[in-house]
Amino acid sequence: MRAARMNRFAKGVIYTLVGIVVLILAGIIGNILISGLPHLSWHFLTSEASNFEAGGGVRDQLFNSLYLLVLTTLISGPIALGSAIFLSEYAGDNWLVDLIRTTIEILSSLPSIVVGLFGYLVFVVQVGFGFSILSGALALTFFNLPILTRNMEESLKGVPQTQREAGLALGLSNWKTIRGIVLPAALPGILTGLVLSGGRIFGEAAALIYTAGQSGSIVDYSNWNPFSPTSFLNVMRPAETLAVHIWKVNTEGIIPDATLVSAATGALLVIVVILFNLGSRYLGNKLYKKLTAAK
Amino acid sequence: MSNKRIDELKAAVRQAIKDQEVKHIDIGELQAEDVDVKKLLKPSKETRQEYWGKALTSLAILLIVVLVASIIGFVGYHGLATFFENHVNFIKFLTTSVWDPSNPNKLGSLAMIVTSFLVTVLAALIATPFAIAVAIFMTEYSSKKSANFLQTVIELLVGIPSVVYGFLGLTVVVPVIRSLFGGTGFGILAGTIVLFVMVLPTITSLTVDALRAVPKHFRNASKALGATDWQTISRVVLKVATPRILTAIIFGMARAFGEALAIQMVIGNAVLMPTSLISPASTLTSQITTQIGNTVMGTLPNNALWSLALLLLAMSLFFNILVRFIGKRGAK
Repeated sequence: MRAARMNRFAKGVIYTLVGIVVLILAGIIGNILISGLPHLSWHFLTSEASNFEAGGGVRDQLFNSLYLLVLTTLISGPIALGSAIFLSEYAGDNWLVDLIRTTIEILSSLPSIVVGLFGYLVFVVQVGFGFSILSGALALTFFNLPILTRNMEESLKGVPQTQREAGLALGLSNWKTIRGIVLPAALPGILTGLVLSGGRIFGEAAALIYTAGQSGSIVDYSNWNPFSPTSFLNVMRPAETLAVHIWKVNTEGIIPDATLVSAATGALLVIVVILFNLGSRYLGNKLYKKLTAAK
Repeated sequence: MSNKRIDELKAAVRQAIKDQEVKHIDIGELQAEDVDVKKLLKPSKETRQEYWGKALTSLAILLIVVLVASIIGFVGYHGLATFFENHVNFIKFLTTSVWDPSNPNKLGSLAMIVTSFLVTVLAALIATPFAIAVAIFMTEYSSKKSANFLQTVIELLVGIPSVVYGFLGLTVVVPVIRSLFGGTGFGILAGTIVLFVMVLPTITSLTVDALRAVPKHFRNASKALGATDWQTISRVVLKVATPRILTAIIFGMARAFGEALAIQMVIGNAVLMPTSLISPASTLTSQITTQIGNTVMGTLPNNALWSLALLLLAMSLFFNILVRFIGKRGAK
């Protein structure tokens, strides 16, 4: 009966380890929300960050994060979609395609600080964009491309082969088949991937501290001219995001309420990530039902 | 196509219309001269669309390839400048641990390399048993409902920004270590704990995929032989899934090795050879993060940091190769 005893013992060990992990997970999420939520007020969300005194908010950081998110998605979405279509529809099975897949894997495993340094070198220093939202969005694009491409490729590959054959049988070109049949069928998966990657972009900091910069400029939310230096839409102004803000106030900041500000910002980030996660699922399901005959 | 050939073709068409045998097909007023041979011989609209589509998507993929090549090129160029322009001894750079970026003879990165490896390996070592236990629980023991719930929580944890983990480390882990072991609390132990929490969800979710990929009938066959649950898990399921579990661990290590801000917040940032788990140290990433803003492009201190970035890049390539190697071995 040694086997039976061993079986019980192993089960006990596994349940204990799982219990510890659940405690850790609950501890992490609980800690973030409990220490942060009480300070997350409307005032905190709508007032400017302060450099020296307590009581600052994160209005500009919040807007910068969202703005960077939108810009990055706009830049990386089409490129990733094109690459994904190439890989899933046109690419054959040869050494060149193998090499391309390897490069994408390499890009996805590069540490984000290295991607950030590259962005700093190329856009901030050599092209001369300086610390700016544009430099940051481009660095984030590099960081985002491989995952987004893989996600989209998976969605495209999930479309049954018979649908493509039906398109070709109607005399449509490959391209027309992709645009008119494959893409709509893969759309729910593609959008889910896009939203999920949004969560990652929103929380990324290492790639941004030397591209978008660590300080904000004076931002005027009533100035709609994107070429004016004070406009909130200007892509050439330096911008600190929420995630960078947490890092900044904890390492270099001198505000007395750094812990409170970071706790609240952390809670805000986590809530946004939760929203993105849930949102992507909801959107995926909803679109899938709308675009297909599935009940 | 030459005009002569076109005339020949038209003549053939004229002949065909005249010789037409099946009279009931009304070709109306159609004359050979109406047939635009040149247009017929051009690629159709469909073909042109096809070219466009191919060109457009190839361009996108080319962009990514060029991007990766230029990242490697740029980081390599600046990272190697330390050795070619500033004439720092490459072997000495890797094997000594005195880090004085103003002096080309006292530039050794060993302390940071050792620290980076220590925190990475320790974090993976601690995280692996937990990750495998959770994965076994989710795939073999638990109900579908609780497995789904755990999956959602783990996905959420993968998505939590690294600075938030760093902040938790700073406000929870560091004070606890300080009160338990004395010292500042900053150091390898704090870094390991933060990285452990960060890679745990990564390794777990990949291990779950690995175990789910083991076919159901393997388990049934084992149980039909009279094996207990544990015997089935340890001798069949885990064995079959081993290559993919190893891949999961390497992915976790790659994430830990390249993590910058979270580790920088809790490691103490002193470039010293680690003597104990609670003395301040510095990893490759934390050194780059804290110093790159303080150096001037093109000078030795700056080039030295690029060399560290090159080391990071090389390690990330190495992890990639390792994953491929294991994948190939596992496929046999």
